[in-house]
Amino acid sequence: MKFLRKIFDNAHAKLNKSEKTKKLFPLVDSVDTLMFTPNHTTKGGAHIRDGIDLKRTMMFVIIALIPCLLFGMYNVGYQHFLASAVPETLAWTNVDMFLHGLVRVLPFIVVSYAVGLGVEFIFAIKNGHAVQEGFLVSGMLIPLIMPIDTPLWMVAVAVVFGVVIGKEVFGGTGMNVLNVALTARAFLFFAHPTSMSGNNVWISGFKEMKDKGLLKQTVNEAGQSVDAISGATPLGDLASFAQETPAFSDLAAFESKGHSFSELLMGLYPGSIGESSVYAIGLGAIFLLATGIANWRIIASFFVGGLAMAFVFNQIAGPEDYYFQLPALNQLMLGGFIFGMVFMATDPVTAAQTSSGKYIYGFLGGFLAILIRVVNPAYPEGVMLAILIANVFAPLIDHMVISINIKRRLKRVKIA
Amino acid sequence: MSKSIKIRKGLDIRIKGDAERSSIEAPLSSTYAIKPTDFHGLIPKLLKRVGDQVKAGTPIFQDKYREEIKYVSPVSGKIQEVKRGAKRKILEVIIEADKEISYEEGSPLDLASLDRETAKEALLASGLWPFIKMRPIDVVANYTDTPKSIFISGFDSSPLAPDYDYLLYTRDKEFQAGVDILNKLTDGNVNLQLRAKVGSDAAFTQAKKVVANKVSGPHPAGNVGPQIHQIDPINKGEVVWTVNAQDVAIIGRCLLTGRYDASKLIALTGSEATNRKYYKVIIGANASDVLNGNSNTDNVRYISGNVLTGSQIEADGYIGFYDSQITVVPEGNEYKFFLTKGWLGPGFKKLSNNSAYPSKVLGPKKFDVDTNLNGEERAFVVTGEYEKVFPFDIYPVHLIKSVMINDIDSMEKLGIYEVAPEDFALCEFVCTSKINSQEIVRQGLDVIHKECM
Repeated sequence: MKFLRKIFDNAHAKLNKSEKTKKLFPLVDSVDTLMFTPNHTTKGGAHIRDGIDLKRTMMFVIIALIPCLLFGMYNVGYQHFLASAVPETLAWTNVDMFLHGLVRVLPFIVVSYAVGLGVEFIFAIKNGHAVQEGFLVSGMLIPLIMPIDTPLWMVAVAVVFGVVIGKEVFGGTGMNVLNVALTARAFLFFAHPTSMSGNNVWISGFKEMKDKGLLKQTVNEAGQSVDAISGATPLGDLASFAQETPAFSDLAAFESKGHSFSELLMGLYPGSIGESSVYAIGLGAIFLLATGIANWRIIASFFVGGLAMAFVFNQIAGPEDYYFQLPALNQLMLGGFIFGMVFMATDPVTAAQTSSGKYIYGFLGGFLAILIRVVNPAYPEGVMLAILIANVFAPLIDHMVISINIKRRLKRVKIA
Repeated sequence: MSKSIKIRKGLDIRIKGDAERSSIEAPLSSTYAIKPTDFHGLIPKLLKRVGDQVKAGTPIFQDKYREEIKYVSPVSGKIQEVKRGAKRKILEVIIEADKEISYEEGSPLDLASLDRETAKEALLASGLWPFIKMRPIDVVANYTDTPKSIFISGFDSSPLAPDYDYLLYTRDKEFQAGVDILNKLTDGNVNLQLRAKVGSDAAFTQAKKVVANKVSGPHPAGNVGPQIHQIDPINKGEVVWTVNAQDVAIIGRCLLTGRYDASKLIALTGSEATNRKYYKVIIGANASDVLNGNSNTDNVRYISGNVLTGSQIEADGYIGFYDSQITVVPEGNEYKFFLTKGWLGPGFKKLSNNSAYPSKVLGPKKFDVDTNLNGEERAFVVTGEYEKVFPFDIYPVHLIKSVMINDIDSMEKLGIYEVAPEDFALCEFVCTSKINSQEIVRQGLDVIHKECM
């Protein structure tokens, strides 16, 4: 690795020659510190330090996201194949499906990282500090929570919004109030609702195929030829129970059409790129919990919160309220609930910081997620908004927890 | 009432290089130094000039604002140099030692008949007062205060710490005399904390007029901070004094003999030290007496004290006033490629309290460790890691943040009166964001000292 070290040392030496190029120091330094743990030694204080640093922490989250990413790629191809009118003789293999997904998903990741890191570099040069690691994770999360047919320019705009408004205006990584990736998604959700919800965005190339009549056809009860696939997510289907023309006649019909509990765990249904498979997310969750990167308190209480709300709906459901009747566990396996629970709610910067606060924060997030999802007809999925709301409440929760601690210690004086 | 307390949060840092239990009489140094920097916040007023002759026990300087507190020469000889730093701040007063030490002769004290005021006067006059520190603030105690209790820790749990049982072996009488005079200074208890389940030296177990408490758990179980917090917590306006166990024995010996005899045992530790034993030295000794021939010299760091709270010294620097240990560890000033030894490496041998390194479970029994920062300083991101090693009913990160924004009201509420920088040493060690929390806590204490005390 000596030759690599030499290259960086030379680059630093060249940059230091003039005032103009000195400004570019963060650029080279960022790549340098990525390749080499720097030679900084402790100055005062504890002379030895733990091996952990922010880079490793962030990189481990990215590693935990890999199963979701790979499954997401496969699912994109799978859904595309399922919806398109391909003759039996040209049936796709699993590899074809994965490759289709790979080709469609990769540009998301490239755009997300290129734009996001670009913005980070600008701020780093402007503020004269090193590029901070926070975006490494956000840059991977943002593609995974997008519908596959989101135009790339929208992804770019969302990333800029997320990084600048969500983070940099507060002072950068560690200072933000709202989860950066969710801020980016919320921005698109409200600015371009037609590209972020509805039935046309969840399957790769769905709208185009529909317009050109390339979708797989089937014959309905009235004898007419209709699209075999509606393009809706399971949550969209469930939300349609509240509308005049529900997608399914009742809950049993919904469950028998590919939405049984085990099929929900598998996650081969339309949705945001990385959110659908509980198995894939579970692998990431196990990794994050084993390495102690994600906080189990948040994950557990988020789950319990969602379960509690879903259970309440079960109890108050009337005979026709099919959505309310959906078994609580099935409810949680749907949509982005598990993904949000493992990767979004656990963001240490925007979550509650005290241990007891984490329980309250997680419960609040899970509870609200199901509440918004089931009751609010405008938003088929509530996880994004629920976590953002919980983020906003996190400092308040911490404040309460700490106030109790302060009061407890003040009480000592009176006892003595 | 003796108590039995259990420290649940903490971390024993297992690194290579502990000292063997045998002692060597180090040769008398040619020079000794008293460093005002060992006493935080002290502004010294010199009483002697360069060239003056002094005896062991002759005051060399005094506290400018608390003139009764004298700092005395540990040996007899001639003042060789007053080393100054920026703004002419006095860093070291160096004394060229005589071959034979001559003492300021005092008379042994009759400890039984002493009242509080004469006890204080005796300690102040003999230069023994600086051994007594106070909480809050963690500086040399105020002689006008009457502490609600006094704490002596009977063991040290920090990395490679010297064995107090060995330090105090056969010094029962001296220790008891020290305890006796400390008892005069408080209306409350003199608390002595010993390890639960492990036997302690007779000096501790036979000590009278102390409340012996048992403490179990990982480091910082041996620090007085968590001990005070659990046994007799400090509220605003209250004062507790603390003295190192070995210093209690020094106080006792000086009172019994009437001479300022500041000899003590220090342990030479650390992976780069070779002849790791206990050395008998006099306070303020030159580290080179201990280090010569007993340590690697290539790219190493010499620390007076332990790796968590000690201060860096040169190979020919002087041992700190309160320290009973010299630690020598390798400097970590090299680049580490990220996939091998760097941040994304497998890390089976990397010391870490974080499960993101397999070493936490699969690592060696004792780690090699250097002074590399293992990363760069960042804003707080990861939460909950300080709390795992901080055995106080206090929110450490919020306390640090309140210091960062200089909010005195919040600092008081969040418990700054109960902590000292050393209590944050483990927090600093485990910090993912590499924040120098000991330094920040010290700043906070300085503000409190100035504004509220």
